[in-house]
Amino acid sequence: MSSLEVLDPTGERQPADRQRLPRPATIEGRRVALLDISKARGNVFLDRLEQLLTERGARIERFRKPTFARPAPRALLEEITARSDLVVEALAD
Amino acid sequence: MAAELPDGLVAFVKRDCPTCVMVAPVLAALQGTVPLTVFTQDDPSFPPGVDAIDDTELEVSYRQGIEIVPTLLKVENGEVVDQLQGWLRGQWENLTGVAPLGVGLPEHRAGCGSRSIEPGLAERLAARYDGGRLASRRVTFGAEEDEFEAAYARGWSDGLPVVPPTPERVLRMLAGTSRAPSEVVALVPPDLVPCTVEKVAANAVLAGCRPEYLPVVLTALEGACTDEFNMHGLLATTYFSGPVLIVNGPIAREIGMNSGVNVLGQGNRANSTIGRALQLVVRNVGGGRPDGVDRATLGSPGKLGFCFAEREVDSPWEPLHVELGYRAEQSTVTLFAGQGPAPIVDQLSRTPESLIRSFAACLDATPHPNLALGFDAIVVVPPDHARIFRDAGWSKARMREELNRLLTRRGRERARGRGDMDEGLPDSLAEADIPKFREGGLYFVHAGGNAGMFSGILSSWVNPNGGGSNPVTVEIRK
Repeated sequence: MSSLEVLDPTGERQPADRQRLPRPATIEGRRVALLDISKARGNVFLDRLEQLLTERGARIERFRKPTFARPAPRALLEEITARSDLVVEALAD
Repeated sequence: MAAELPDGLVAFVKRDCPTCVMVAPVLAALQGTVPLTVFTQDDPSFPPGVDAIDDTELEVSYRQGIEIVPTLLKVENGEVVDQLQGWLRGQWENLTGVAPLGVGLPEHRAGCGSRSIEPGLAERLAARYDGGRLASRRVTFGAEEDEFEAAYARGWSDGLPVVPPTPERVLRMLAGTSRAPSEVVALVPPDLVPCTVEKVAANAVLAGCRPEYLPVVLTALEGACTDEFNMHGLLATTYFSGPVLIVNGPIAREIGMNSGVNVLGQGNRANSTIGRALQLVVRNVGGGRPDGVDRATLGSPGKLGFCFAEREVDSPWEPLHVELGYRAEQSTVTLFAGQGPAPIVDQLSRTPESLIRSFAACLDATPHPNLALGFDAIVVVPPDHARIFRDAGWSKARMREELNRLLTRRGRERARGRGDMDEGLPDSLAEADIPKFREGGLYFVHAGGNAGMFSGILSSWVNPNGGGSNPVTVEIRK
């Protein structure tokens, strides 16, 4: 059997391994964004998380996607990026 | 890149062609008289007595687009200014300026097919001499690797076997469109990768398409990648749906699509592979994979590919694309984020008043009896049911009006808790009259086999009322 040559049908995007950011040494005083994707009861999870993170000294800011059915609007992503050091995104189902 | 041809007369011949053998003495006589170059396709010693150039690799024949032998070209300053095929004495005398020619030969004899267009060989020549216009990365399978297993191993398949996209096959597929291989068709979600015609062709090969299906696949991809259709959301949702493609207009018949028996089932190559090709583009180019960005809880079998044609020829109604503002002679593909069919069985109704109530009762529960306005539906109506509406002169508008009347209820009748079910409309809508379907959210398509008192409901993912998908129709250009 001779070797067959074919065309790559993919987007040819095999990305270089994305490195994880280092774990923050502390969350005290850090700006933490909590993103609610608008799924039912996601807020319940985030409320509790806000309470726990606040007890540990984090500064919390809440954000919300208009709908879980679409990617977050560009403007929202930029706002979160500008205003936060860390992000927690809540999925719920 | 056309090879430079010498000025003067240029002939293409092969020994395997009786007409070429017949005119061989004519060529031998001409070679001493006028500037003549002869390319021979199969035997360098043919024609006898002629100093022929060996074109057994067929590069010159391929690049000149020779289809018949003998072909005689008249070349001035590298350009072909006149040509003929086969043997016709008067034509040969005019083109060569030499007469009489071929004394003793019959007046006329047709030529034979050029070796460069033989089936199978033609694609190999295209890959060898035109492969440079393909930009995709080349992947070489291992010599001992099974080609089908190799495609699975690279993650290119939806679970069914795929056809390996060799350069020959992709070039053959590209012949199905006039668009350039490098043209970007769409940004394909979820990775928003610019997808070229060539990449679509490679995935159409994987899916098993014929070249004439490619324009439908390209158009479907354009429609899927609109903001309105929201392919990203459709891919990512936990809901059942995938893109459902409905093809209208002359192209459906031209490429042999099924609009009749078993129309939503398996077994017709065009229906099965066009829908699959779109899904493979989303998977392979866009990076959208089950258990990756695709988070469907259950999914539906139509996510392998869901494509069919409307049965326009004997429909009681104007076809879907005409209803949407296109002309009957235009060809379109309509994308609908849905799944199905869910059955409507009514074998006893003989009046539209009765049958429409059966439609209403079945649609009422889609996707839940206490929900309304958030989901669209297409009712696929086969001839046996359509006839009842036809005989009574019911238009699509009339059917929609009746269904709207039958399915509009006070909000409290679909409220949370209604029927002891917690799912339902919010109490804020309790006193409002709520139609089941939004305006423009209910469609009828005529399709299916001749026998059977059934219709089928294709219900949608959430429509734009819920941030989901709007149906999109795009004209197909070849």
